[in-house]
Amino acid sequence: MSILVDKNTRLVVQGITGREGGFHTPQMIEYGTNVVGGVTPGKGGQWAFGKPVFETVKEAVDATGANTSIIYVPAAFAIDAMYESIDAGIELIVCISENIPILEMMKIYEYIKTSKSRLIGPNCPGLLTPGQAKVGIMPGYIATPGNVGVVSKSGTLTYEVVYALTQAGLGQTTCVGIGGDPVIGTSFVDVLQMFEDDPETEKVVLIGEIGGRAEIEAAEFIKAHMTKPVAAFIAGKSAPKGTRMGHAGAIVEGGEGTAEEKIAALQAAYVRVAENPEQIPNLLL
Amino acid sequence: MNLHEYQSKNRFAEFGIPIPHGKVATTPQEAYEIARELDGPVVVKSQVLVGGRGKAGGIKLAATPAEAEQRANEILGMKIKGLTVQKVLIDPASKIQTEIYLGITNDRAAGKPVFMASSEGGVEIEQIAHEKPEAIIRQHIDLFLGLRDYQARNLASGINLPREHWKAFIKIANALFRCFVESDATLAEINPLVITGDNQLLALDGKMILDDNGLFRHKDLAEMRDTSAEPEAETQARAAGISYVKLDGQIGCMVNGAGLAMTTMDMTKLYGGDLVGPANFLDIGGGAQADKVAAALRIILSDTNVKSVLFNIFGGITRGDEVARGILQALNEIKTNVPMIIRLNGTNAEEGRRIIDEAHLPNITSAATLTEAAQKAVEAAKGAL
Repeated sequence: MSILVDKNTRLVVQGITGREGGFHTPQMIEYGTNVVGGVTPGKGGQWAFGKPVFETVKEAVDATGANTSIIYVPAAFAIDAMYESIDAGIELIVCISENIPILEMMKIYEYIKTSKSRLIGPNCPGLLTPGQAKVGIMPGYIATPGNVGVVSKSGTLTYEVVYALTQAGLGQTTCVGIGGDPVIGTSFVDVLQMFEDDPETEKVVLIGEIGGRAEIEAAEFIKAHMTKPVAAFIAGKSAPKGTRMGHAGAIVEGGEGTAEEKIAALQAAYVRVAENPEQIPNLLL
Repeated sequence: MNLHEYQSKNRFAEFGIPIPHGKVATTPQEAYEIARELDGPVVVKSQVLVGGRGKAGGIKLAATPAEAEQRANEILGMKIKGLTVQKVLIDPASKIQTEIYLGITNDRAAGKPVFMASSEGGVEIEQIAHEKPEAIIRQHIDLFLGLRDYQARNLASGINLPREHWKAFIKIANALFRCFVESDATLAEINPLVITGDNQLLALDGKMILDDNGLFRHKDLAEMRDTSAEPEAETQARAAGISYVKLDGQIGCMVNGAGLAMTTMDMTKLYGGDLVGPANFLDIGGGAQADKVAAALRIILSDTNVKSVLFNIFGGITRGDEVARGILQALNEIKTNVPMIIRLNGTNAEEGRRIIDEAHLPNITSAATLTEAAQKAVEAAKGAL
């Protein structure tokens, strides 16, 4: 078992002929992900990496039975791409694209509630279920099958932690990058609930950062609902207040969203919080 | 991106919000001319991108043009929280009956914008929220519906605004909402919105913060960015497509990925204690090609506080040996004696480390783990203090 993506994933790539899509699609295929086709408006009828290219997501769904989409197009087009996937009835939409205006994300956040779709991201590395499916840009070799669920706001920091777990002999069920933007489709709490419900996941790693209240809500959820042990790391202890640290969401506003308050909330929920991401495997042994 | 008060108020005026008809001066003489045109008492207001200008002495009343010139002379060039005042706004002074707060920002937890109003205007909203949270009336806005009139009435009623001002208030709230949306703002705030001596509503002070991710569709607003207030290196980094924030420590950090960059900073602080810490946040993005590494290194080394540089690159798709060659090529371009600690992880990391070690550069050390790298960077920085 695993969560969100696995061998039954039928993936359509939005922007398969673009720079990012063209770079990452062959790697997803090589990993064994079931990529059933791609979408690039104006290039329908062509083939890319041995997969059919469609004009619209709806056409791709009708022809291939795609249930998951991944978006690699630039921000200005990614907004429309998300609505298109929602309206085509895609179950899981993964938006890798960054720099989406927050007002647009808030509209999509409302709109998707009226559908059956789930969105991961935007501005995220996607998902990796070791040995089954790689939907996104995480390097496949860092992960190995096992029983640790990983959920993170970050990209390369996640790779660090997953790689350290793998080297310590701790494999993963699924690694989920939810993204570091202020408004995202799937929260820590959503993923924690899925890991709690997944029989194969025995332990969970949460990687958060400064800004917002998502880690505080995660701590409240863990305290009230989780039976599985959780280890965590929060990045940004040394960041000054009121300054954006790369991610649009990583900013401490009005004294809220500091690393200290997040660490305290997690510790109060009996989460073992690492001072250093390299300690995480030890906290799980 | 933050807008100055005068930029924010001018933007408000484009949407029909009443503002004082002042002008910006960069010299005392200009201040004199503007005050003479305005023909009455004026307020001389420093235009810097920080709060607390009034307390710092950056806002002064002047009864005559000569006095405006004198006040401008005092305020121009003054430092407020480290920022030099280069412009003053000369506004006609207003008689004030009542000060109101009216602002809109994003509630990220709710995933919606939220309008806030308070009868306790003139002080910072954080202070009101802290001291008298019940004095803030909130209305969340559905972006598909926009601000409904009943919501504006809820705000007016909630702050006990006299009924005679409701019509004008609702008009201002609607204009502020349109201004917020059509500017891709993350904050649009009128503080204070006053009832003047002649019983009119007037936006006396304004503040806007724009979403950097929305600027691609607002070229006119993007051009308003005041780079004079930020360190030169941050302006250069933006041009190079590198995310950089200058901090006040001694260890330069060059990292790929925002979360990992913050973590690297945290590690230098963890091992550096009170003596040394991170000199910057820097996310070089994916790939770490030689030209980008060189640009980033120039930016890091332009900070003379930097005593050592810590490279922490996770080669995801890019292989460690390629990253190592890129770093060596960049170091070949930029001659420096600053000690550098290079830690590579991911694909072909060991091969990358071997390439770094075999280059035998006197100021370069490699490290296998982040802990080891941070400790070495801290030692090197302490040694150079």
